Amino acid sequence: MAYNFKEVMNKKERLAPGHRMCAGCGGTIAVRNVLRGLRDEDQAVITCATSCLEVSTFMYPHTAWQDSFIHNTFENAGATCSGVQAAYEVLRKKGKVDGVYKFIAFGGDGGTYDIGLQSLSAAMERNHDLVYVCYDNGAYMNTGIQRSSATPMYADTTTSPVGKVSNGKPQYRKDLAAIIAEHNVPYVAQTTLFKNLRDLHEKAERAIYTPGAAFLNVMAPCPRGWIYEAEDIMEICRLAIDTCYWPLFEVIEGKWVLSYKPKNKLPVEEFLKRQGRFKHMFKKGNEQLIEHFQSEVDKRWDALLLRCGE
Amino acid sequence: MSIRDRLSGNEAVAIAMRQINPDVMSAFPITPSTEIPHMFSTFIANGQVETEFIPVESEHSAMSAAIGAQAAGARSLTATSSCGLALMWEVLYVAASNRLPIAMALVNRTLSGPININCDHSDSMGARDSGWIQIYAENNQEVYDNFVQAYRIAEHPRVRLPIMICQDGFITSAAVENIELLKDGEVRKFVGEYCPDSYLLNGKQPLAVGPYAVSAYCMEAKRAQLEALKNAQQVTLAVAKEFAVLSGREYGLFEEYRLADADYAMVIIGSAAGTAKDAIDKLRTEGKKVGLLKIRLFRPFPGEEIANALQKAKVIACMDRTESFNAQCGPLGAEVKSALFNARLMPVVINYVYGLGGRDVTVESITSVFEDLIEIDQTNDAGDKYRYLSLRE
Repeated sequence: MAYNFKEVMNKKERLAPGHRMCAGCGGTIAVRNVLRGLRDEDQAVITCATSCLEVSTFMYPHTAWQDSFIHNTFENAGATCSGVQAAYEVLRKKGKVDGVYKFIAFGGDGGTYDIGLQSLSAAMERNHDLVYVCYDNGAYMNTGIQRSSATPMYADTTTSPVGKVSNGKPQYRKDLAAIIAEHNVPYVAQTTLFKNLRDLHEKAERAIYTPGAAFLNVMAPCPRGWIYEAEDIMEICRLAIDTCYWPLFEVIEGKWVLSYKPKNKLPVEEFLKRQGRFKHMFKKGNEQLIEHFQSEVDKRWDALLLRCGE
Repeated sequence: MSIRDRLSGNEAVAIAMRQINPDVMSAFPITPSTEIPHMFSTFIANGQVETEFIPVESEHSAMSAAIGAQAAGARSLTATSSCGLALMWEVLYVAASNRLPIAMALVNRTLSGPININCDHSDSMGARDSGWIQIYAENNQEVYDNFVQAYRIAEHPRVRLPIMICQDGFITSAAVENIELLKDGEVRKFVGEYCPDSYLLNGKQPLAVGPYAVSAYCMEAKRAQLEALKNAQQVTLAVAKEFAVLSGREYGLFEEYRLADADYAMVIIGSAAGTAKDAIDKLRTEGKKVGLLKIRLFRPFPGEEIANALQKAKVIACMDRTESFNAQCGPLGAEVKSALFNARLMPVVINYVYGLGGRDVTVESITSVFEDLIEIDQTNDAGDKYRYLSLRE
């Protein structure tokens, strides 16, 4: 069925307004649109790693979640969601559950790339029928913008600060979607908030309704950590895609498929210069930082094209 | 009619689990509890139970998955030992705070380091303040009986807390003893069906579990949890009473052995109680008034009842199978002395650390403790109140 933006946006909201996430937060947009991938008649249990999302949406005695929800700790969303899903399997066989349930886990990049990687990897390897969604804002934003293995090179964070002898984070970011794809799970995709959100919606729907384990990596900008004006979020996402910093792709049953190839690949500085965390890269004498960043983007983009048979 | 068998402690627990037929088991192997998931996996492979087994990649995930499953509405369990329990430490608190009646078969083993696979109680004692109910066993029969009673205590509406059923690594877990089993149907009927009020997969009423609680709520949550834990004491007794009708075997909060008229009392946990009973029988034939209090329920700690049972003792030995590194007492010593103090009882209490890392406990070593107590009474000189038993010079 063709994607109908108006129809999709008018679906029942499963993350109610009134939560405490920031204006201009990509995480909230990502979550609401992943949940729009659920069929209205289906129920869901949401698992959430400790994160901005968790502490801002379920502050006792209020919850913004319309579906059942469980938060356990920082590093165990994969295992917790596995337990919920296993319970469903056995209770369904015993006739103790009515209707269709889907299982979606959300974690930030801290809870997913780093402290929760072991738990996630095992849940993927066991191929539980669940979707793990990483809303990747490229740092530990909840604890105050510390670097993670998802933080891009040269980003200014509170544990990789720019200083007299530091240009920010020295390392490039981990490619988690590729790592999960190597688990040979049925479905992996990378996406972000792009244009009419069709890419995100379709990938979420596919992830939710593919039997077995699925992983979605959603770049979700953070206005506090990236330092941009709230209204610029969609433009920043577009630039991430058109510079090929954040490629959109799927890995379906092991087959890599590119979702979008920009007609004109923009220089990465177009993406970088919109964000305060990269400000130092544009100081006179730091030109080589941008060149280095560009060469890393090019290398990874070329490798992806090869993987996707482009 | 009970079934007579010869089983190791691990086999006895695995059979209790099979008879209960829980919904979800998540586990990761660690000596000496590994046999439990082994045997249980075989029951699953042979279609003897309907349980979903989650072969997790760590004990942290074992407990995390059990939390997810139990919150979803499934009766869940795990088994572990030593460092496995230590790795779960963070999530033990979450299980208790979320009031999830998960059962754990804990086979006590020392914590690293140095790495050692044998028994002491440093693992469960390290987790004693996590909000779990803790029940200890002397022998294989008790382990089996305690596990059969576990869910009845944990799931009781006035309790709803996770429960740890502890036994001594190798000493009971691997040793084969004569045992009386209940019939499968009897156990299933006794334990009953798990019917939670609120759970994630309740289509009529969604549930949110694991909130962020600000200072205005966090303290009240802890206090409510304490009330539930305190309720576990009466529920443990009530369940034991029903169990006695079924099995003919009686259980309390603790066991008193020749304690009523004893001047010299020992308080102990676990398998060493059996050795102590032999030592006591021998000393009694010599006219020595010695007795034993064996802890069954350690969390909640039945302080008033224990102080009451010890009120006539002149000198008491508290036997701790762990080192607490506070340089004055072990966990059992601290609890017993606190209970005595609250009851305004001031006997001499000597705290012994014994059996660490599987150090042998013998009738002779236990006898030497009672001889110490008698000497202290006769000389009126307590000497060092924190001692190590059977330490090599």
